Amino acid sequence: MNLYLRRRIINKLSIGLSVAAMCFGLVWLLWILYTLLLNGFGGLSLSLFTQTTPAPGSAGGLSNAIIGSVQMATLGTAIGTPIGILAGTYLAEFGQRGWLAPATRFINDILLAAPSIVIGLFIYELYVTHTGHFSGIAGALALALLVIPVVVRTTESMLRLVPNTMREAAYALGAPQWKMTYFVTLRAAKAGVLTGVLLAVARIVGETAPLLFTALNNQFYSNMNQPMANLPVVIFQFAMAPYEDWHTLAWAGSLLIGLFVLGLNVVARILVRPSNQH
Amino acid sequence: MSQKAKLAVKNLNFYYGNFHALKNINLDILEGKVTAFIGPSGCGKSTLLRTFNRMYDLYPKLRAEGEILLNNENILRSGIDLNMLRAKVGMVFQKPTPFPMSIYDNIAFGVKLYESLNKADMDDRVEWALQKAALWNEVKDKLRQSGLGLSGGQQQRLCIARAVSVKPEVLLLDEPTSALDPISTAHVEELLHELKRDYTIAIVTHNMQQAARVSDFTAYMYLGELIEVGGTDSIFTAPKMKATEDYITGKFG
Repeated sequence: MNLYLRRRIINKLSIGLSVAAMCFGLVWLLWILYTLLLNGFGGLSLSLFTQTTPAPGSAGGLSNAIIGSVQMATLGTAIGTPIGILAGTYLAEFGQRGWLAPATRFINDILLAAPSIVIGLFIYELYVTHTGHFSGIAGALALALLVIPVVVRTTESMLRLVPNTMREAAYALGAPQWKMTYFVTLRAAKAGVLTGVLLAVARIVGETAPLLFTALNNQFYSNMNQPMANLPVVIFQFAMAPYEDWHTLAWAGSLLIGLFVLGLNVVARILVRPSNQH
Repeated sequence: MSQKAKLAVKNLNFYYGNFHALKNINLDILEGKVTAFIGPSGCGKSTLLRTFNRMYDLYPKLRAEGEILLNNENILRSGIDLNMLRAKVGMVFQKPTPFPMSIYDNIAFGVKLYESLNKADMDDRVEWALQKAALWNEVKDKLRQSGLGLSGGQQQRLCIARAVSVKPEVLLLDEPTSALDPISTAHVEELLHELKRDYTIAIVTHNMQQAARVSDFTAYMYLGELIEVGGTDSIFTAPKMKATEDYITGKFG
């Protein structure tokens, strides 16, 4: 009985600590959301989406930054997703034997943990110095390099969750490996793979560092071959400046990104819910 | 009367790395008959079954020595076309494994690997396979729905239909009813009686009554050895080996 009592106390204690840890994490998150709403909500207006970034003291919005962010995130995702899915598929389905898969996995883990400013510098050296100017394309390339490791990792994990019996069943019909992979396992892991892509998008829309050396910024609308405005860098510059109206815009932009990332994560959650696996 | 051996196993040894899992197996599986493999867990009966379509090839460190002749061709030799082998030797697994696609596509997937049928012919083939598996009446109005939405017993019959759809010569069943309820089990067993008209069937089962009900021949295995094989009636009524008798009467262990 003494032992039993002790066990109950330890149980209560560990649950208590876990809940406390959870609350500790949640408090900051809610605080951030609260601050964003408090400061950013006032800046939300139609002109935010229709007018370009203003000079200090004049009226304006964030439309060029929003469009730039969308363009670069879209191109970056479009480049990074196929590479990521194919590489992740290789790791999960084809790389059982040999050294290539473990080496690739290791390098991918490094890429996943690489500081994003290093990625930005890398593209700066590789692309910006050769073209001679900052551009939206350079920004998209840097973002693509951030997308790849996330998608590789999630694709591989999700494919590994597909039970081997499913693979055996396809092989037992005489299906070649690529058909088994394309029609059976990737299809079974579809929701999970898509979630990985969404999480990657959520990661890159808030990235500032890789864009500083690549897309830089632009006060106006621009094409992908010119320096390009984007929300994170605009927020960074406007928040650092001493102008009150710029601060308001920076808060509004932060709120937009915050809500967008939150929304993406919610969608990703819904996608991997067991009831949606099919 | 002499009957033709569809599969002839000669001096088969099988290894999981260093573990000697099948020891010198010699056995004929006769054409158009149901052969059941019984024995305690870990005796090698599933391993033996998985050599017949070389399923073990998927995993490193597994290897088989000896010969298995299918229509007098050694399927263990290297260089054999595994996909064509598996087209001739179909398999149904312990747990139902419907693919994440519609009921129709579950069947069409296998057929498309070997034949390019037009829409009408494919419709006919899907219906034919589902009829064979006694599933048609239950699913004919929902062929476009996901195969994952079926009950466990229906899923298993879908898997049987899928295996049958490519018109194999041999059907391997690895404990096909162990995850099913008694009514679904009865369905599948009835099905075996139908299927053996067209196919040679090898079935692994933990359920001795099932072996007695469905099979023409029964093989008893223990610790990787084939202890005894013979007509199901004689194995269950007058086994030659003491070990077989002990297992069948439940004295074993």
